[in-house]
Order: sequence, then structure tokens, then C-alpha cells
Amino acid sequence: MNHIRRILAATSALGALAALPAAAADLEVTHWWTSGGEAAAVAEFARIFEEKTEHTWVDGAIAGSGNTARPIMISRITGGDPMGATQFNHGRQAEELVEAGLMRDLTDIAEAGHWRDVVNPPSLLDSCTLDGRIYCVPVNIHSWQWLWLSEKAYADAGVPVPTTWEEFVAAAPALEAAGKVPLALGQQAWQMSGLFATLMISLLPDDIYLGVYRDKDEEIAAGADVAGIFAALDTARKMAAKSTVQDWNQATNMVITGEAGGQVMGDWAQGEFAMAGQVAGEDYHCLPGLGDKDILTTGGDAFYFPKLRDDDMADAQADLAEVIISPEAQVAFSLKKGSLPVRGDVDLDAANACMRKGLAILASGEALPDTNQLIDSDTRTQIEDLLVEFFADPSYAPEDAQKRFAGIIGNAL
Amino acid sequence: MPSDPVHARQGGTAPPSAARRPRRLLRNLTAKIAAIPMVLTAMVVFLGGTVWTVTYSFTNSKLLPRAEFVGLAQYERLWATRRWVVSIENLAIYGLCSLVFSLVIGFVLAALLDQKIRYESAFRTILLYPFALSFIVTGLVWQWILNPEFGVQSIIRAMGFEGFAFDPLYNPDIAIFGILIAGLWQGTGLIMVLMLAGLRGIDGEIWKASRVDGIPAWKTYIFIIVPMMRPVFITALVLITSGIVKLYDLVVAQTGGGPGIATEVPAKYVYDYMFGGQNLGQGFAASTMMLLAVAIVVIPWAMLEFGGKRRG
Repeated sequence: MNHIRRILAATSALGALAALPAAAADLEVTHWWTSGGEAAAVAEFARIFEEKTEHTWVDGAIAGSGNTARPIMISRITGGDPMGATQFNHGRQAEELVEAGLMRDLTDIAEAGHWRDVVNPPSLLDSCTLDGRIYCVPVNIHSWQWLWLSEKAYADAGVPVPTTWEEFVAAAPALEAAGKVPLALGQQAWQMSGLFATLMISLLPDDIYLGVYRDKDEEIAAGADVAGIFAALDTARKMAAKSTVQDWNQATNMVITGEAGGQVMGDWAQGEFAMAGQVAGEDYHCLPGLGDKDILTTGGDAFYFPKLRDDDMADAQADLAEVIISPEAQVAFSLKKGSLPVRGDVDLDAANACMRKGLAILASGEALPDTNQLIDSDTRTQIEDLLVEFFADPSYAPEDAQKRFAGIIGNAL
Repeated sequence: MPSDPVHARQGGTAPPSAARRPRRLLRNLTAKIAAIPMVLTAMVVFLGGTVWTVTYSFTNSKLLPRAEFVGLAQYERLWATRRWVVSIENLAIYGLCSLVFSLVIGFVLAALLDQKIRYESAFRTILLYPFALSFIVTGLVWQWILNPEFGVQSIIRAMGFEGFAFDPLYNPDIAIFGILIAGLWQGTGLIMVLMLAGLRGIDGEIWKASRVDGIPAWKTYIFIIVPMMRPVFITALVLITSGIVKLYDLVVAQTGGGPGIATEVPAKYVYDYMFGGQNLGQGFAASTMMLLAVAIVVIPWAMLEFGGKRRG
């Protein structure tokens, strides 16, 4: 009995001691960065956060993809069990959570840190802003419009590495003859919808993409230009018919090993190439805007901070927000993840050839908003449902798919 | 031991006569007070929740509930959505097959086990064991078994049958049957055990009588034993149907609704639109349709079952 009491006393004393340095808090951060490159990048945030402050980073990685993770995050926030900080994509995914007052207003921290001046392009901060108040920290810039090509696959097939989408399509028979998959594509809906939007942005003039996704113009969506995109999507479906992997990084791995010719995937794929020790321009090649057009969208990730009652936690949130946007964390994170930093004023000497291409396009101002900044989750889910069906069913005619797509766009908010 | 007298009597006890009318409100007051929390829970949580959901299915709520009524718009959109229609078809196929096969296989296994065989308890344990696994584990296990590169197909091909093809999960036309196999594997054991208990409850005298009359065993089963096991069948039926309607995790673990939308089910539609699509109104409309489907099945049955008894 005495024994137990002594142990109890000792533990409670320990507990009291641990609680004494009042400001230290365990901050749970949820995100869906689970592939090799992503995990390495987020570990940089955790490292710098713990070095710079006395708080502890509690990693709340949710495996799957954003489509799996977001419902979990949202139900925790709306269900009264908020985490310390959470990832969302820039744009409309957390729109209603902000409107409902569940997210912390970061305007004071943003003004103190002069975010307005350092964040480039400024549209990233606009996506975090509602009624003049800032509710999220931009973490990185991601653009979808990249075609990743395997040097080895094309060398094996005996054809030169393509430099445009048209050449990529033309080289497909040679790859197939060499027993390779021309286009690697994971069987998840978001990858298909990303490919679709990328085709539209890269192969058509900007105003078509904006007309469809921003202005929700049903006529443009049903028009002849977009019909061409559905035809290209039909081609892509045939080229990817033998690609049965699920996750995007498995598809990227097909390109790394030379099993597949190429993959259309955002710049986060670069982290996987880097993890595999491949060199840009030698082992793999990248074509921004699919090689057809120097264009990128500036979507990406942002951290939101749910409102918490605990003051210590709130302090930790503010510290984390400052750390995330600090030049040091931005550089460390971007190099590991292959994304571009949100600050225009950091020095990326270590950037490789592909990242430099991306930075040059951003610097020239050729940037469009990402789909997530333009359409809401409801519309996104409907488009994904359509495309996942289109890719699984080879008899689904492009014309029928376009008709349904136009209907979805017509009903979108 | 089919002639165990204790079990045999259970089915036949009549309820005590309720001749004296109790003074309703005051009788057993403590018990009634004790029941209040349960009654409140049932009213507020179950009934209240249902009414709330149905009400908000007529609104255009997005991520958070919002009382802006839009009439039947959510339902119109729901029934114009291909994925929802495919979900309903899948549920119908899965439901019908699962109902028939669970009952048939469960009963046959139970009848086989009931033949006074040796090591009966070992067999019973083996057959019931899958029920101890969650649907997620079941789904993952069967995803591997049915995977053409690692599972059944590759094993049989390695044995020399090169042309053998068995990959239900990768063929959109039959993928739902791949789910069905896993569902049956998981659930039939429980039905079997229920049936076995029912069979043990049948008086041994009946068997003796039918043997004296020279009735073949299969006829005795179908025309005498099965009708006598009606309560067991009804219990099994309720368990199986509730399992059908809530089918979700098995699909998520096994196929994620794919290939394409070939194995989508209503519960997954509800979840995906409520949380993934951030469209509560659409999710509520879909779940209301699920409730309606259950009601259409359950209400006539309940009226037959309980209404009939009171009259008789």
C-alpha cells in the first residue's frame, strides 16, 4: 500500500515538474504527407519547430490521400476535438470552417511578420483571406502541370525523350512495343482529375480553363475546345490502361525504374526522384506545362489553426505559424519536398534543374490559380466521380463524359 | 445431442396470462422512472436524430448544417447521379445474394455439423472464426487472396494451369461478387451457429417419428424442421439484412469502390458526399433514401410478425 502511494506521489510530482515551464505545449499537427519525400520534408518542419521553440511537435500524419484525410480532419474540428494545426490545400476546402468561426484569426501574426510583403505570388495569401482577415499560413507552392519522363524507358525503347505532349503521345507505340507502360497513372480519383485539369491548362489558352473552372460557364465546358481535351483524355486512358498501381508515388516509382515512360503529376513527384537518388536532366526529365506552354498553377498547401481554449496551445500555434513561414524552414522543406517556397526572398542555391524551371516561370508571372482555389469540394467530388468512371470503363465515350462534365460545371457554385 | 430436453422445451413456453388489467401509470413506478433515461435517449438520439436528418435533407447545407430549404433539389440531383444508381444496384445484388447464400450455406453447414460428428467443436470454431475479424481485416485479406498477381490465380497458374483466370476484383462486371465472397466468408459462421442452436432445440422425438414413418432426412429438414425453426430464421434474417444495408467498410478495404464505380454502395456515397464533398444536404438526402429502403422492408415485416401475433 505504502509502496503504491509513494509511486503515485512521485509520478504526480514529476507531472507537476513537467508542467512547470508553462509555455511548452504538445502541438498535434495533422497532414497527409506520407510518401518518402513528403515525410522527409515534414520532418524538417518538426525539427526546426522543436529547435526554435520549447514546444513539441506531435505528428498526426493520416495515410491515404487528401480525400481520406480531409474528412477526418473536418470531423475532428466540427466535432469539438480540434488538433493544434492542420494542413489543407489553398483555397476553398476550409472555406466554411472559417466562416463558421472555427479557425483562428492569424491577422496579427501576419502583420507582425509582414506576410503581405514576403509571400509570392500574393494570390496565395488571398486564398487565406476572408473579409480582410488572414486565416492560414501558406506552406508551399505546388503546381500540377508537370510531365515527368524516364530517361531509361525511352532509351530502352530506342526513341528520343519527348519534349511536348504531342511527342509523348506519338512515342507511346514504341514504348508499348518495348513492353513498357507509356503513361503511369495511379487509380485514385484525384490523380485523374489532376491529369484532366492539367491537359486543359496546358493544351488550351488560359481563358478556356478560367471560363470553365472560375466562371463555371457551361457553354465553354460543352464546347469544341474542351471536346479536344476529352479526346486527349481518351488517349491518356489508352496509354495508362496497363497501369494498375494505386498511389501516386507508386506510379512515380514506375517512371523511376523505367517501367513507365512518363507520369503527369505535380511537382511533389520530384521529392520521390530525389529520394531515389536520381538527377534531373540525366535520369529523369521534367516538362512544365507538359512542354506545350510555360504555365503553372499556384496551388499548394496551407496550415490552418483551429481555435483552441488553452493559452499555451495558442502560443504554440503562433510560434508554429512563424516557424513555417521563416526562410530557414521554407528552404529546408521545399528542397526535400520538391515544392516551391512561398517566399519570394529566399535563396534556393541548392535547387535542381526542374525547380529552377518552375521558379523561372513563377518569376515571369505566368501563373494561374489552382482548381482547388476555384471550385468547391462538392464540385470536385462530382468531377472525380465522373473521371474515375471514365478511366475504369473503356467503353465510356468521351462525348458522354463531356456532356456530364458540362452539367456538373453548370450546377457548380 | 439433438434430444437435449432443456433446450427442447424453450420454444414452447406460453407467456403468463395477462388477465388482470394493471393500473397503468402507477404500477411498477420505480421501474418506469429507471426507464426514463432509456426512453429519452431513444426519443432524442434516435428519433430526434432521424427527424433532424430528414429535415436537413431538404436544405442546401454544405459543410455545416444551414436551414435554407431548397425543396426536393437534393433528391433530384441524387437520382440523376449515376454513381448513386449504380450503388443501389450493387446493394440489391449484394443484398439478395448475401441473404440467400448466408441462409442456405449457414443452414447446410449447421445440418452437417448436427450429424453427431467427431471434433464438432473444432469445426464450429473454425467456421465461426472469421466472424471475430473486423470487416476491414476481412476486406484486406480477401483483397490479397483475389489479387491476380499474388492470390488464388497465381497459385493455380503456378500449379500448371496457365490459362486459369480468377480476378473478380479487377473486372467491373463481377467485382461486387468479389465483395460478396468476402462478406459470406465473414458472416456465414454466425448464421451457422444460430442455425445449429435452432437445430439443437428440435425435439428428438420428431426425428424418431419421421424415421418411423420412413420420411427421408432431406424432406424432414425442409418440411418439418425448417418451419419449426422460424424464430431462428427471423433472427438470422434481421442480422443479415442489417449487415447488408450498412455495407461500407468491406468495400472500402477491398476495392475502395473500384474499379471505377463498380462496387460503390449507398453508405459510401453518403460518407463521401457528407465529408469528402462537404455537401451535407446531398449526404442527408442519400441517407434518408437508405432509411426509406429499410423502412419499406422492415415495416411490412414487423406488421406481419407482431401485428399477427396479437390477433392470434
